[in-house]
Amino acid sequence: MKIKTLNLALVASMAWGTAASAQTEIQWWHAFTGRLGELLDAQVALFNSNQSDYKVVATHKGNYSETLNAGIAAFRAGEQPHLLQVFEVGTATMMAATGAIKPVFEVMQASGLEFDPNAYIPAVTGYYTNADGQMLSFPYNSSTQVLYVNRDKLAEAGIDPDVDLSTWEAWDGVLTQLKDAGVTCPYTTSWQSWVHLESFSAYHDVPFATKENGFGGFDTELVFNGPLQVAHIDQLGKWAQDGKFIYAGRRNEAGANFRGGECALFTESSAGYAGVKAEAQFAFDIRHLPYWDSVEAAPQNTIIGGASVWIMEGKPAEEYAGVAAFLNFLSSPEVQAKWHQDTGYLPITTAAGELTKSQGFYAANPGTEIAGLQMTRNTPTENSKGLRLGSFDQVRTIIDEELEGVWSGQKTAQAALDSAVERGNQLLRRFEQANR
Amino acid sequence: MEKRVIFKGWMLPALLLLPQIVITAIFFFYPAGQAIWQSMFVPDPFGLKTQFVGLGNFEYLLGDPYYRASFVTTAIFSGLVTVVSMGVALYLAILADRLIKGSGTYRTLLIWPYAVAPAVAGVLWMFMFNTRVGVVAWYLGLLGYDWNHVLNEAEAMGLVVVASSWGRISYNFLFFLAGLQAIPRSVIEAAAIDGAKFWTRFRTIVWPLLSPTTFFLLVVNVVYAFFETFGVIHTITAGGPQQATTILVYKVYSDGFVGQDLGSSAAQSVILLVLVGLLTVIQFKFIERRVHY
Amino acid sequence: MSEQRGMVEKRGLGHWLTHLGLIIGVLFIFFPIWLAFVASTVTQPEIVRPPMPLLPGDQFFENYSKALLSGVNAPVAMMMLNSLIMALGITIGKIVISLTSAFAIVYFRFPGRTVFFWLIFLTLMLPVEVRIVPTYEVIANFGMLNSYSGLIFPLIASATATFLFRQFFLTVPDELTEAARVDGASPMQFFWHILLPMSRTNIAALFVILFIYGWNQYLWPLLITTDPSMNTIVMGIRQMFPSGDDLADWPVIMATSILAMVPPVIVVISMQKLFIRGLVDSEK
Repeated sequence: MKIKTLNLALVASMAWGTAASAQTEIQWWHAFTGRLGELLDAQVALFNSNQSDYKVVATHKGNYSETLNAGIAAFRAGEQPHLLQVFEVGTATMMAATGAIKPVFEVMQASGLEFDPNAYIPAVTGYYTNADGQMLSFPYNSSTQVLYVNRDKLAEAGIDPDVDLSTWEAWDGVLTQLKDAGVTCPYTTSWQSWVHLESFSAYHDVPFATKENGFGGFDTELVFNGPLQVAHIDQLGKWAQDGKFIYAGRRNEAGANFRGGECALFTESSAGYAGVKAEAQFAFDIRHLPYWDSVEAAPQNTIIGGASVWIMEGKPAEEYAGVAAFLNFLSSPEVQAKWHQDTGYLPITTAAGELTKSQGFYAANPGTEIAGLQMTRNTPTENSKGLRLGSFDQVRTIIDEELEGVWSGQKTAQAALDSAVERGNQLLRRFEQANR
Repeated sequence: MEKRVIFKGWMLPALLLLPQIVITAIFFFYPAGQAIWQSMFVPDPFGLKTQFVGLGNFEYLLGDPYYRASFVTTAIFSGLVTVVSMGVALYLAILADRLIKGSGTYRTLLIWPYAVAPAVAGVLWMFMFNTRVGVVAWYLGLLGYDWNHVLNEAEAMGLVVVASSWGRISYNFLFFLAGLQAIPRSVIEAAAIDGAKFWTRFRTIVWPLLSPTTFFLLVVNVVYAFFETFGVIHTITAGGPQQATTILVYKVYSDGFVGQDLGSSAAQSVILLVLVGLLTVIQFKFIERRVHY
Repeated sequence: MSEQRGMVEKRGLGHWLTHLGLIIGVLFIFFPIWLAFVASTVTQPEIVRPPMPLLPGDQFFENYSKALLSGVNAPVAMMMLNSLIMALGITIGKIVISLTSAFAIVYFRFPGRTVFFWLIFLTLMLPVEVRIVPTYEVIANFGMLNSYSGLIFPLIASATATFLFRQFFLTVPDELTEAARVDGASPMQFFWHILLPMSRTNIAALFVILFIYGWNQYLWPLLITTDPSMNTIVMGIRQMFPSGDDLADWPVIMATSILAMVPPVIVVISMQKLFIRGLVDSEK
């Protein structure tokens, strides 16, 4: 059976070989399916038809975790692709893998193509740059958290749909009114750790971890059990106990509840826009993520999530020229603007944002500019430029577990966050040990 | 037990054994040895560098209350799956055994879920109880019960137990029915004539005669619950809420392939290796006894 | 006969209660499958606005053709083919190597025989999950990720079938062997013409068990097939749930779930008699 497979593979590769011998092939492994997968394929097709030197081959490798595993496994077997899409929580893992990755800025410099770091929006690219501000990976799809409001639900409950929801202080009254009006799900959220701890800390300019949230070294320690975070989680826990905050799952399960019209308020990625627009049969709008007005530094800026594209080591130099050409193509204002408008992901260059504005997209789709504004309203501080923590996927799982303890009323906010910090720090120490 | 009549020569048997020996060596003994070796290191995911830590991984694991808790979770989960799947199967088998006609039809109908993969069973049950689109969850809501297995640990455990037991009921049913049908009618009838009621007959005659089957199923179901239910957990709860449904095999996977902590994962493999070794010894003793009786 | 039974259990109410109990059991067993089938014949909006209907809709052909031909990541038809190759590879491979090695262990005396037996026996209950990381590395080093051989070989390396055949061979009367030897039959002739035909029932039972085992594998294909064109259907269903900011296509996922259970159910139902006989016998 193996021999047969091998033969088939040989035949197939020979067939491909003759067809594509003139072009250099660039392999790109990604995690997108469905609508996002189609949009990605369209970008690739456009690049391939625009020039004849290179051919990008995009392959879907499962979800984010599985794509990362596939990339790691392939590297160990010497069969890595040129480009690998890695979710933001895998950033430290990739960055630590000296010898497995090639920083983007190096490849761009070597290519001789025009590459102006200042063209990119720092709040977006900052997550993926080194201490010297050089771009390590290419921010392919980045989003940030915004508030989705079901206007019909508010109106049904006798609340003015334009009620002020910009600060958390204003929420308790609104949630109580919703609850009293019989709304089964006044508020829900997706990605609880990302919204209510990671971005929350940045937004209020308090540290999530020491050493500039991990940017300063692997010997970072989690500190998100500070008084502000504890107070916030404590408030959410109370709302959960009162049935004002409904927890639906660790990822974006809550999106189904909101789109189905069950929930009045929903904090979710700006990239959830297309889904809400497609399924919601009610009037909705998008607003800034709320902040605690009592905190002087707030609102700072929220942080991004999503994924970036890493360049893998171990390919011939001329192929990296193709990689550079492709990333250059992806950075062009037209491609970026279209991607931003189609998906709700943030534009990564200032030019793409301006182009979108001049095309009248924001005017036609109110609320879609919020994410960008929220990211760029301030210069990022060391608490708000992002997070760089090893084993972060697992740290998030730990945070999820502990928060579930708070929502179900089994743990106090303080106990849960203390425990999450302690358990997370153990993982950080192991990561530090493995990358010593 | 040995054969009296045998063939001579050693070339032929060596040749006959070769495929299994080679496959077992490459895909079993070598990896098992590697697991033991790797459990003493902390490597980075890309295989670029590695640190020798001796028994450090084991210290780390056994010092972790959440890893120890996962033993308890595994024990509770396996116990419940075994009891539920065997209990329901025995009940149905007793009913089917009472029928003169038609037990074959019921058997054909009940055998289905045995063929359904645990992962698929997980998807089916998750779909029924999904807090948003699940039909059962929705009707429970109508009755005033707020089903939420993403937050309620008991509900989450209950759901994965039922989803895991579901397919096993078929398997256990087949064995129990065969076991019941092998019990001579005359014995039961004699007891009936003596005036023994159903429960008395069951306790004093049927149950003891059924005990070899029961014990066999006990071991098989525990092993099933330990290893083959990964698909159910992965599709329904991913180990949550908190760590309520994180069984040992799920942890090997999540630490190794989600967390990229290969050292810890290898150490967990070794611990499982020992655990399963113990189970094997128990089963072996049992099988040998049955062979000789 | 029925009169004799009548002495044990009275007919009438008890009889109908027995049927009732069994019917409830059957309904409980079937409900999840029925619901999945219904979900695979309706539209996405009918599902995401609960409660979904409990009777099939009219989208059967749309959903199933979408699943089979395009799927979410890879066409389901392709995933089913992969599953079939893997399941048959595991089934046939394991039966063949187990038959030959059990034959060698039972019918020959040679140096190291006991050692071999124990080496093989050690693998009896250690599933691939236990040695998952290093096995994965072996496969990666051999370049067998995303290949049928990578899917099949590690799952053959277990001795359950060898053990069952050994047990069975031990019950084969020695007179048969004696007669074959007197007739001048070689060991392999004895194996082919006497032992194999006698093992038919056991082979059939093992075929069913191993086919289901192979078809239903989840964790292993999840790890080693990173290329969607090598996905098997059981793990492919999980892959259909989107990872980030997209929506789950329930009708197609449920159609795929139904398709995933069709082949193993056919195997179990059609080989039911042989399977049960072999299963219950081999356990004894």
